[in-house]
Amino acid sequence: MRFFGENLSCVRGERLVFSGLDFAVEPGTALVLTGSNGSGKTSLLRVMAGLTRPTEGQLAWDDGPISDDPENHHRRLHFVGHLDALKPVLSVHENLDIWARLQGGIEKKIASALKKLMLEGFENIPGRYLSAGQRRRLSLARLAASDAPLWLLDEPTIALDAPSVAAVRSLIAEHRTNGGMAVIATNVDLGIADTTTLNLLDFTASNEDIWEGVT
Amino acid sequence: MIQQYANPARFNRLATTLMPWFAWPAGILIVAGLYFALFNSPPDYQQGDTVRIMYVHVPAAWMALFVYTSMAISSAVGLIWKHPLAHLSAQAAAPIGACFTFVCLLTGSLWGKPMWGTWWVWDARLTSVLILFFLYLGFMALQNAFDDPRRGERSAAILAIIGFINVPIIKFSVDWWNTLHQPASVVKMSGPAIHSSMLIPLFMMGVGFTLYFGALLLLRMKTLMLARRARGMSMAQLHQQAAE
Amino acid sequence: MSALTLILHREIRLALRQISDSAIIVLFFVLAAVLFPFGVGPEPNMLARMAPGVVWVTALLAAMLSFERLFTPDYEDGSLEQLALGPAPLEMVAIAKAAAHWLTTGLPLMIAAPLIAVLYRLPDAGYGALITTMALGTPTISLIGTVGAALTLGSRRGGVLLSLLVIPLIIPVLIFGTAAIDAAISGFAVGQHLMLMGGFLLGALVLTPLATAAALRQALE
Repeated sequence: MRFFGENLSCVRGERLVFSGLDFAVEPGTALVLTGSNGSGKTSLLRVMAGLTRPTEGQLAWDDGPISDDPENHHRRLHFVGHLDALKPVLSVHENLDIWARLQGGIEKKIASALKKLMLEGFENIPGRYLSAGQRRRLSLARLAASDAPLWLLDEPTIALDAPSVAAVRSLIAEHRTNGGMAVIATNVDLGIADTTTLNLLDFTASNEDIWEGVT
Repeated sequence: MIQQYANPARFNRLATTLMPWFAWPAGILIVAGLYFALFNSPPDYQQGDTVRIMYVHVPAAWMALFVYTSMAISSAVGLIWKHPLAHLSAQAAAPIGACFTFVCLLTGSLWGKPMWGTWWVWDARLTSVLILFFLYLGFMALQNAFDDPRRGERSAAILAIIGFINVPIIKFSVDWWNTLHQPASVVKMSGPAIHSSMLIPLFMMGVGFTLYFGALLLLRMKTLMLARRARGMSMAQLHQQAAE
Repeated sequence: MSALTLILHREIRLALRQISDSAIIVLFFVLAAVLFPFGVGPEPNMLARMAPGVVWVTALLAAMLSFERLFTPDYEDGSLEQLALGPAPLEMVAIAKAAAHWLTTGLPLMIAAPLIAVLYRLPDAGYGALITTMALGTPTISLIGTVGAALTLGSRRGGVLLSLLVIPLIIPVLIFGTAAIDAAISGFAVGQHLMLMGGFLLGALVLTPLATAAALRQALE
């Protein structure tokens, strides 16, 4: 099933970040969002996730707009943002367990997710002892711990070393082979084959001043 | 994007046109009302001349409730239809309402001194108004507590609606609490019937206060719109510099 | 397991791992209540007269201190985003949060309340009403406090601001909570008070999750 957005615009703070933006992701494809800092990559991802409502335009799956059934949309996606959503007092396994189970994940998948992100053997370590890279990997392990067709990733490889980046790359490749789709905001080349690129700078808009003419 | 917002520039012109129509009648009614209240109405047979505080106190109490209601309605409109002028109107009304509430408390206290021999009594009405005053303060504090003004106005709007639902509950509780703790020693504020020589100036003051509120609201909304515009311009400049 | 129980589970597990957070709130409750006799003197009749009010007011103040931590850690570490993106609507998250807050703060306060009443020599007739009003009132406070916590999320001066918003809204709970205990001590019927408190609780249960969810959506945007 296709996920797409039409004529999207987004205001952050008091600034129009982008406008007139269209996109579509098909099963098995990956969309890479590029653009300089502040061009709205994160904003667009949050709009796609349904955390921020677009100021204009709408997002939809083939079976209807996401605003009709936001919970159903949430069930179809994984969002890995800048923040890790990890608790220092919970163990690695517990940290992953809660998010995976909320999305309908099962124990076997949780164990294999930890393995894929090279966190095997760390299960009982409390979150507070993890390094930045390990935290990032644990956060990415959510992707593999439960099934969702749409992955929304914000700079997924930040703080990761080369073997971890390779692990993430193969995770995304596997997801796409299984008919999944991914939207990745990044400014570094992740070496993912066969992607579509969306440059946010093409959609910057001059700020309409709604208070103009007030004297 | 502009379609979903009513045009602020048009509103600004409308406000400029309307303002004198509020301000002048307000001034005339308040001056005339005060003249009747202070010189041309009878002293109360029990309370003497102190009853004249009523002509400010009672309209201020009306306004305290009226302004809060208007704030809650604008807030709901702002949240439902995402109308920036609605939030602006709630934001503009809050300090005016708080001032009316404060005047009501102050005159109540001044009235209390000769009548009850003390500046403050835990009279049900005064206590409810005091809590209303805190609701106003909370609204204004929440509105200003965020770096992003949009977040502040929306959060404050939710609070205004919660407060509005709560006002009758608080009023009921305080009335009930007061009858429990305060036997009927408190002087009834209104006599059995108010004579028309008192009712007319009271009514004039009430209408005058309402029109005065209208004029102030328009003025404050204009000021707030200008402030928004100034901020928008400096932000645009900032981003332009960043882009160069 | 349903999403509600999963979230509740998580909250309780987190609270148990940081049990000192709850303990500090109860400690503050006891300490604040102990302060009054030093201020007003140890005269037993006066303390007994003050007991219902002191217990209720200090419990409210202690609860105020606990609300700031309700959403802030989840907001700052991104957990709130994940909860919002979960399969459960935010209204349900709000109920789970309030329930967890009650279990980890309201319930301990309720258990500590009779101990303070003993220190104040509350007449025996008042204990039943004290516990019942606490049982009806503390969940209402948890629910209303959850709204306040969500509204002030990410603001400057969060904690103090939160108290400023929430305290006026919970005055009815205080009024009927203490009135019921006073009535019980004087041998009057308490049913009416308890019914009103139950009404407040039901009203809060229906309305506050909507407000909390709306506030959380604003905070996450």
